[in-house]
Amino acid sequence: MNRRLLGLLALALVPVVVLGVFFVLPVSGMLALGLRPDGVLDPGAVVEVLTRSRTGRVLGFTLWSAAAATACAVVLGLPAAYVLHRTTFPLRRVLRAALLVPFVLPTVVVGVAFRQLLRDGGPLGVLGLDGTPVAIVLGLVFFNVAVVVRVVGGAWEALDGRAGQAAATLGASPAQVFRTVTVPALRPAIVSAATVVFLFCATAFGIVLTLGGTRYATVETEIYLLTVQVFDLPAAAALSILQLVVVVGLLVLAQRARAVAPVPRAPARPRRLGRSDGVPVAVTLLLLAFVAIPIGSLVAGSLRVDDGWSLANYAALGTTGDREALQVTVTQALANSLRTAVDATWMAVGTGLLVAVVVTRRSRTAAERRVRGALDGFFMLPLGVSAVTLGFGLLITLDEPPLDLRDSPLLVPVAQALVALPLVVRTLVPVLSGIDDRQRQAAASLGAGPLRSVLTVDLPVLWKPLLAGAGFAFAASLGEFGATSFLAREDFPTLPLVIFRLLGHPGELNYGMALAASVLLASTTAVVMLLVERLRVASVGAF
Amino acid sequence: MLTLREVTVTFDGRPAVDDVSLELPDGEVLAVLGPSGCGKSTLLRVIAGLEPLDAGSVAWDGEDVSRVPTHRRGFALMFQDGQLFDHLTVARNVGYALRLRRVPDPDRRVADLLDLVGLPTYGERLPGTLSGGERQRVALARSLAVEPRLLLLDEPLSALDAGLRERLAGDLRAILETAGTTALLVTHDHEEAFAVADRLAVMRSGRIVQQGPISDVWRRPVDAETALFLGYAVVLEGDAATRLLGAAGAPASPAVALRRSALAVADDGPLRGRVVSSRLTPDQVRLRLDVPGLGELDAVAGLDTHAGPGDEVAVRVDGSRLAPIAGD
Repeated sequence: MNRRLLGLLALALVPVVVLGVFFVLPVSGMLALGLRPDGVLDPGAVVEVLTRSRTGRVLGFTLWSAAAATACAVVLGLPAAYVLHRTTFPLRRVLRAALLVPFVLPTVVVGVAFRQLLRDGGPLGVLGLDGTPVAIVLGLVFFNVAVVVRVVGGAWEALDGRAGQAAATLGASPAQVFRTVTVPALRPAIVSAATVVFLFCATAFGIVLTLGGTRYATVETEIYLLTVQVFDLPAAAALSILQLVVVVGLLVLAQRARAVAPVPRAPARPRRLGRSDGVPVAVTLLLLAFVAIPIGSLVAGSLRVDDGWSLANYAALGTTGDREALQVTVTQALANSLRTAVDATWMAVGTGLLVAVVVTRRSRTAAERRVRGALDGFFMLPLGVSAVTLGFGLLITLDEPPLDLRDSPLLVPVAQALVALPLVVRTLVPVLSGIDDRQRQAAASLGAGPLRSVLTVDLPVLWKPLLAGAGFAFAASLGEFGATSFLAREDFPTLPLVIFRLLGHPGELNYGMALAASVLLASTTAVVMLLVERLRVASVGAF
Repeated sequence: MLTLREVTVTFDGRPAVDDVSLELPDGEVLAVLGPSGCGKSTLLRVIAGLEPLDAGSVAWDGEDVSRVPTHRRGFALMFQDGQLFDHLTVARNVGYALRLRRVPDPDRRVADLLDLVGLPTYGERLPGTLSGGERQRVALARSLAVEPRLLLLDEPLSALDAGLRERLAGDLRAILETAGTTALLVTHDHEEAFAVADRLAVMRSGRIVQQGPISDVWRRPVDAETALFLGYAVVLEGDAATRLLGAAGAPASPAVALRRSALAVADDGPLRGRVVSSRLTPDQVRLRLDVPGLGELDAVAGLDTHAGPGDEVAVRVDGSRLAPIAGD
């Protein structure tokens, strides 16, 4: 045990303790509750649950919908990645930001937007897709396509154009260059993006719950139903274990596929859009329409009252809804959301920064490298573990001294910070690992102490990604639904909860208010994301 | 035969390649020599079809190929850093173009090419495991695989260290001769040009200032700047040139370029100078001399001379180490 390794462990201590207390403990508490209902370990119960025919159907639907949504997201995302990252045209940056908005849109809002679009009498009601699996897949694609565009686009942008040119001078036509040079070079990014999208789709909660109800359940919504409505905790725990195994497997796969941040050797200048770009441009336009139409119909719907245009739905946001559907006004819920998000952001950024520093410092020994690799994977876990499991677990494990946080106003922010943590880490890690360690050594050799060398070398590169990561975490926490739905106090709900609640109450006004509140939430998130995009940090939304 | 006529390329209104005309007969190797930023790499990319030209034409055997896309030109370009495809083995890299064209039995040809570049056992290695010199050899084999009608080389050796560069330059020359390839290389290193090429074109600020067989250019640089770029140590003009040429017994010229070894210490030499400094090298002693009327010049002496600073020595002028320069 040398001093370096000790220093590393000391630095890692804070995030490890945070993740241990607020993530590992609740999740394992939840699992223990299910697996040892009477204090005795009973693996037979798990097997029994896993062999139920409903479990098979739920698992089948989860895998099918996630696979279909992933395939669609990749097919739509690749051409858009090319157009938005490899060519140049006016408004390119605005379009990039616009395509990132769905990803941070609260899942409940996405669900509401698609229902508003597809329901009987809605703009696309004639398609008869409301409440079908197709609607769920469309919602998942809408939500996740930005990941593909971001991850693959970033890799594509950094690709050295000369390899393709070398192939061309050897006689490869543009199509052959794409097949034999570009695709192999992008394969790690594509696999990584597809894995992450699959992960998000397979653990999606808000979208599936609002679009599928109880008819089409995924493992995640099934865990929710079993926990909250059926109180069949052993079954919920069994499904959580199943999900955990699949998620860890996928995370390992993603970790393998995630190439070491590509060093842009001579990134090609973006080309002007030309006639040969017809197909990618057409797909990109299709994608933009696909993203714009649900949002457009949501906005339009929020402005309709009794077949006329009106702001009445927005005016009603200061009330508690028709027949007292809510305990607080919608505006009060927005204030709650903002306060919670601020707390979640500083927690996520502080922890994320420590994690990023720990995993990116250069390893001197194999043991050190293994420790860092394990930590890196460990902190990615919240990305894929059921938010429902996390939320419920927090509720049941942190309810007695010394950790009685059940009524603490910090419980919700903590849960949201955990969900946002991987996003912050993934934004900072490529930047930090891109700093050549010799820069710090050079600073040190010129007489700069450790703090001074951080100020000279790291800070100038890091402050923008740090701000961008903070914005990203803020947006993600504004929209967090799964864990918050368990933890928020009745008198202190966040905006997504209020929207879900309004949807569940009958009455035109309540539905109209849900639409208006969704628009409010979506525009708040969109403004945050536009500010983040202005910082021009390439690694935002990269995994 | 490659023919360039009045080729011009501008970047943001500034000409990078300015009215360049060149000819390269079949089977010969032409080196375009110029300082960095002179436009030589752009010229190479224009020939390869990777850069559109604003005026002029690129023709092969009289047929204009200016509008032909890169992959149909049959000109292979070897990049400065090789640009091997990292996801393919060495053998797959070399056989890349053969497979594109569905050439029968590519493995055999690949083996032959790896033999030619001196890496017969490297077929299954991945590019990431190769040294710089090995990568360049593989890149060369890959470029030669399709028997391109023209091989373009972008500073093929400049990324390598000095000793390796010298060895590889000789190999490159031999390989090009064996394959009978017509080749055009651009470089900023005159020694690389001399080691590999038959013909030389000197490029400066986007223009070709001189071209011809390599020995002609070498012996008659067109102006002082070219002479210095070709490795001459100093250029004397006017009276100084006349005096020096007189001492060498050569015909008069408005200017003359001197190699570092043009003056040699000899007791019966016609010129005298005072030693400013001296430095011992393995083969000879290198001196700086202050020669009245000529200024400070380099000179060499045998290892047995012991002239120190302040001593006066007699020197003779070696006519084969001078290059007269015609006036502007």
